Amino acid sequence: MIQFWIILAYLGLLLGLGFFASRLFTGTKSDYQLASHSIGPFLLLMSIFGTTMTAFALVGSSGEAFKEGIGVYGMLASSSGIIHSLCFFVIGIKLWSWGKKYGYTTQIQFFRDRLESDRIGLLLFPILVGLVIPYLLLGVYAAGGVVETMTAAGPPVVAGGVPSPGAFPEFFANTKGGVPREIGALLICGVVLCYVFFGGMRGTAWANAFQTIVFMVLGIVTFCVIASRLGGEESLFDNLRKLGEAIPPEKATRMEMSKTKFLTYLLVPFSVGMFPHLFQHWLTAKNANSFKLPVVAHPIFIMIVWVPCVLIGVWATTDLVTVPPPIMQNPNRILPFLVKAKAGAVLGGFLTAGILAAVMSSLDSQFLCIGTMFSTDIVTHYAGKDRFSDKQQVWITRGFIMAVVAVTYMFSLSPPKSIFTLGIWCFSGFASLFPLVFAAVYWRNLTKWGAYAGVLATIATWLFLFREAEYGKNRTYTIDIAGYEVMPVVAIFIASLVAMIAVSLVTRPPHKKTLQKFFAD
Amino acid sequence: MPRPLIVLVLLLLVLHQDNWLWTNDQRVLGFMPLGLFYHAGISLAAGIVWWLAVKFFWPVEIVQESAELTGDVCSPTAEERQ
Repeated sequence: MIQFWIILAYLGLLLGLGFFASRLFTGTKSDYQLASHSIGPFLLLMSIFGTTMTAFALVGSSGEAFKEGIGVYGMLASSSGIIHSLCFFVIGIKLWSWGKKYGYTTQIQFFRDRLESDRIGLLLFPILVGLVIPYLLLGVYAAGGVVETMTAAGPPVVAGGVPSPGAFPEFFANTKGGVPREIGALLICGVVLCYVFFGGMRGTAWANAFQTIVFMVLGIVTFCVIASRLGGEESLFDNLRKLGEAIPPEKATRMEMSKTKFLTYLLVPFSVGMFPHLFQHWLTAKNANSFKLPVVAHPIFIMIVWVPCVLIGVWATTDLVTVPPPIMQNPNRILPFLVKAKAGAVLGGFLTAGILAAVMSSLDSQFLCIGTMFSTDIVTHYAGKDRFSDKQQVWITRGFIMAVVAVTYMFSLSPPKSIFTLGIWCFSGFASLFPLVFAAVYWRNLTKWGAYAGVLATIATWLFLFREAEYGKNRTYTIDIAGYEVMPVVAIFIASLVAMIAVSLVTRPPHKKTLQKFFAD
Repeated sequence: MPRPLIVLVLLLLVLHQDNWLWTNDQRVLGFMPLGLFYHAGISLAAGIVWWLAVKFFWPVEIVQESAELTGDVCSPTAEERQ
């Protein structure tokens, strides 16, 4: 029960932060959507990092390490350390400068301007929103699962452990007294909605920074506590050695992992170049130098978060832990399960708050981003800039945020099979649109027809392969190219790149005036 | 992107594909699987490469333009202008 009250207290603290941020709100659209370009290096680092580290990073990584072993770190964490910062460096800074210069708030505004095409917005809008929604679902579903697992009664993991009672045994008998996932998810959605609704981008950036600190600190505490309780030895180092030696060889190596599959995972992190919510965070930067800290610290922060999660995931495969069948069937619950069984009620409550912090620090940016896109790229764009006052535009954005939260919550009631698999499909779509943003920034000959071709090739290939993978049910789905097992993202990325280049080469580039706007000579 | 930085990033990507450690079951410090330890090292190396990028290859023209746009007192340093 005490865990539930700690979770509630933490959520209350976040609401307070959101309301405090709203007191600094100036009432303008720019302030609501971009915090008036006032975010300095530290807040930018924390908000970008918090946004990119989702349920996928904490809950999904430990679950996937439980299934696949340590290879999951190389597949997504170390590769992201290289490629995310590369995207910030080569794309983020340029887009920030153009955004600041020409007043962009969304990616679509940039593409419309750069490609002299209004319709590119209509094509991109449903695709970007359609790819963000599953990403949102990951968070909402994981948050509900964490709340349910942490508040339910559970047996001890090892002999002599303390069984924990459920929070509400009289109300929720079906979930062993735990707050059902649907109610937990509703609670999380409600809290995120409140601080985004009132605080806008400033509230989101502050909440992200606060939550990033919370989940990084509590993540390390979780790691040490779980190691000590699982190992049962005197010192932390002795516990680490005991657990490390017990990891089965197939989990401590990549002997069961395809080398070409591992290689082609490198394309997945390119997704950050096209995440619309990250684009919006980039635009909040106070100046170009604000990007320096995020570029350097991002890979190191990834390491601090992922290494403990992956180790916890592989420890759960050792003989020192007995994982009950329901958790075996749903490895996404490995981390909350171990936290609950090993950390005790009070610490367990704080650690749960840490996991929820990671989840919510992504949800907020995504909700705000979709609301901003609806109001900016559709309503204001087609109704005319002068049709609505700044204040009205803020309210339109808020209205769309509420609608998006409601739709996401409804979708989350049908649970996905694997957080990791759904995440990979979503990231593969964004990664395959990376050639478009890269070409828009660096290739003068990119044409609107080339862009249409690239986007259509991406979505057609993505839909075809997603269907082949039984809509994510086949979680080990890969494709065969010249006898090599590769990730589906390779085919989608190549289709997008080839279509974009080929069509651009045979069609007319934008007018000289437009090109002069974006290129120096 | 400057050529030395491209080379460093490509080197990181090549080192990332560590086929030579694929089935190595050793533990570093007695607890950390070698493959995981190596990739944690890749993350640290990425941090160093991006620190070098920020220190020596920061896009000066954007910094200058940024200072003009924001009217920032924090204009590019002499080192950046060179």
